[in-house]
Amino acid sequence: MSIAELGARLRRGETTPVELAAGARSALESLASLNPVLRYTDELAARQARRAAGTLAEAPETAGPLCGVPFAYKDVLCVEGVETTAGSRILQGYVPPFTGTALGRLLDAGAVPVAVTNCDEFAMGSSNENSAFGPVGNPWDPGRVPGGSSGGSAAVVAAGAVPFSLGTDTGGSIRQPASFCGVAGFKPTYGRVSRYGLIAFASSLDQIGPFARRVEDAAHVFSAIAGHDPRDSTSSPLAVEPVAEQLASGVEGMRLGVPREYMAEGLEPGVRAAVEAAFAQLEQLGATLEEVSLPSTEAALSTYYIIAPAECSANLARMDGVRFGLHVDRPSLTDTYLATRGQGFGPEVKRRIMLGTHALSSGYYDAYYRKAQKVRTLIAEEFDRAFERVDALVCPTSPIVAFPKGDKSDPLSMYLCDVLTLPVNLAGLPGISVPCGVSEALPVGLQVIGPRFQDARVLRVAHAYEQATGWHAGQPPAPPAAAATPR
Amino acid sequence: MTLARDQVAHVAMLARLGLSDEELERYREQLDAILAHVDRLQQVDTSQVGETAQIGGLVNAWREDVRRECLPVEAALANAPKRRRDHFEVGAIQE
Repeated sequence: MSIAELGARLRRGETTPVELAAGARSALESLASLNPVLRYTDELAARQARRAAGTLAEAPETAGPLCGVPFAYKDVLCVEGVETTAGSRILQGYVPPFTGTALGRLLDAGAVPVAVTNCDEFAMGSSNENSAFGPVGNPWDPGRVPGGSSGGSAAVVAAGAVPFSLGTDTGGSIRQPASFCGVAGFKPTYGRVSRYGLIAFASSLDQIGPFARRVEDAAHVFSAIAGHDPRDSTSSPLAVEPVAEQLASGVEGMRLGVPREYMAEGLEPGVRAAVEAAFAQLEQLGATLEEVSLPSTEAALSTYYIIAPAECSANLARMDGVRFGLHVDRPSLTDTYLATRGQGFGPEVKRRIMLGTHALSSGYYDAYYRKAQKVRTLIAEEFDRAFERVDALVCPTSPIVAFPKGDKSDPLSMYLCDVLTLPVNLAGLPGISVPCGVSEALPVGLQVIGPRFQDARVLRVAHAYEQATGWHAGQPPAPPAAAATPR
Repeated sequence: MTLARDQVAHVAMLARLGLSDEELERYREQLDAILAHVDRLQQVDTSQVGETAQIGGLVNAWREDVRRECLPVEAALANAPKRRRDHFEVGAIQE
């Protein structure tokens, strides 16, 4: 059911926020065999549901579209009093003393958080297999990954347990799992949504955004969380464009670019076929498609895998066993650091900290980090030039469909999953993935990319496409009966 | 370029990661492969461009230099693995 439909039912008194939250909880419990939920937020859910019920009863004119609507959020977003672990042993038991801005705005809007979702440790991964609390199964095929790093958030929306969820996207961590799970996943422009209260991975790239079954629902969530926040100095002071008015304006007369490099070799044939059919559909809707070139695409992966690990190595220095989280006691402080971090971090996080520390270390800084920052400029400029000719770009979200768990044990082959999403983070652009077909009975995602701060335009193109097709209505099969008990 | 074992151990120490011998060897091999891939960056001509650290176009974000509310001491210490009175407790820094 869409957020608008839920809102209408709530307002007609056909259901209540408490009932919706209870329904979401039992739907999430039935997914236990997929392991998408790390913990339930029962106390907070009860409090929020009562509050939303009060608003709907006493001052319905002040209730926004999300009032009383249940949701789940990724285990990297801090809420006061709710354990937040970033999918890591090193933060097990950490209970934030504050609430992050995006979550706080959803709470203010009356939305009801019911669960915290599984993810790759510190949001580092493309398959959700790096979670310290076990991998997540894809609702379309439990033996396959849901994508990552926001795998749990994508899976719970795909399975229909909650109407929306929050994830984060540093190199594709919303869009790629959205593509793998057959839902809409939107990464807003960098700086559009405050990162305050988001456990940082790579601060110049991280962005919070929604998963939903429909673009319209993602737009509702985006509108609620977007906007300047003095607590995040990188959040933009630019006014947020109203999204709702233009959402249904269609694509007639729009110029859409297809980056030649994104359609190059490496695309699975089924992905290519689905995306090319989507291009034809957009043309039928009145858009003009033309080829554009982003020549530095090939360098983007290398650029990303210097900048993101470098920033992660600095950000994760705060996991020191002194102020919060795991503490492995040793007589000296240095040995405490070594033991705590050596035992607390999983293999992928250690690998990225090592890579980033190396890239920032004396003698290598210029060759790696400074060089990558310069190439980042080139990548961003190429996008800017493309947007002088076209209104938005359309391309596949991922070159492949969801792969079997354990299929990509080599780190470099895992990193290559993100080739079509991470340039968007490097350039700070808004991007969305929407379902555009199936290949081998698994969902394929169409990515729409826009100029910085043209979030509304990206949503509009995605909405027009979605409304003209039925792919977003696709339902994964019911999950196998629950065996595991939720944490 | 091939990473030497003691380079990897040096990086692990800089990052304050206590790694086993097996981990050091595994990361030496994996970082080698990743860095070989990343070395493609050296072929990109960047002589005409500056560095990008902030993609949103912001330069400085100022606020008034006035006292604001902050976390109360008890809240800040609530997650501390070891505390002594109103402080975080750590082991010896010098031996």
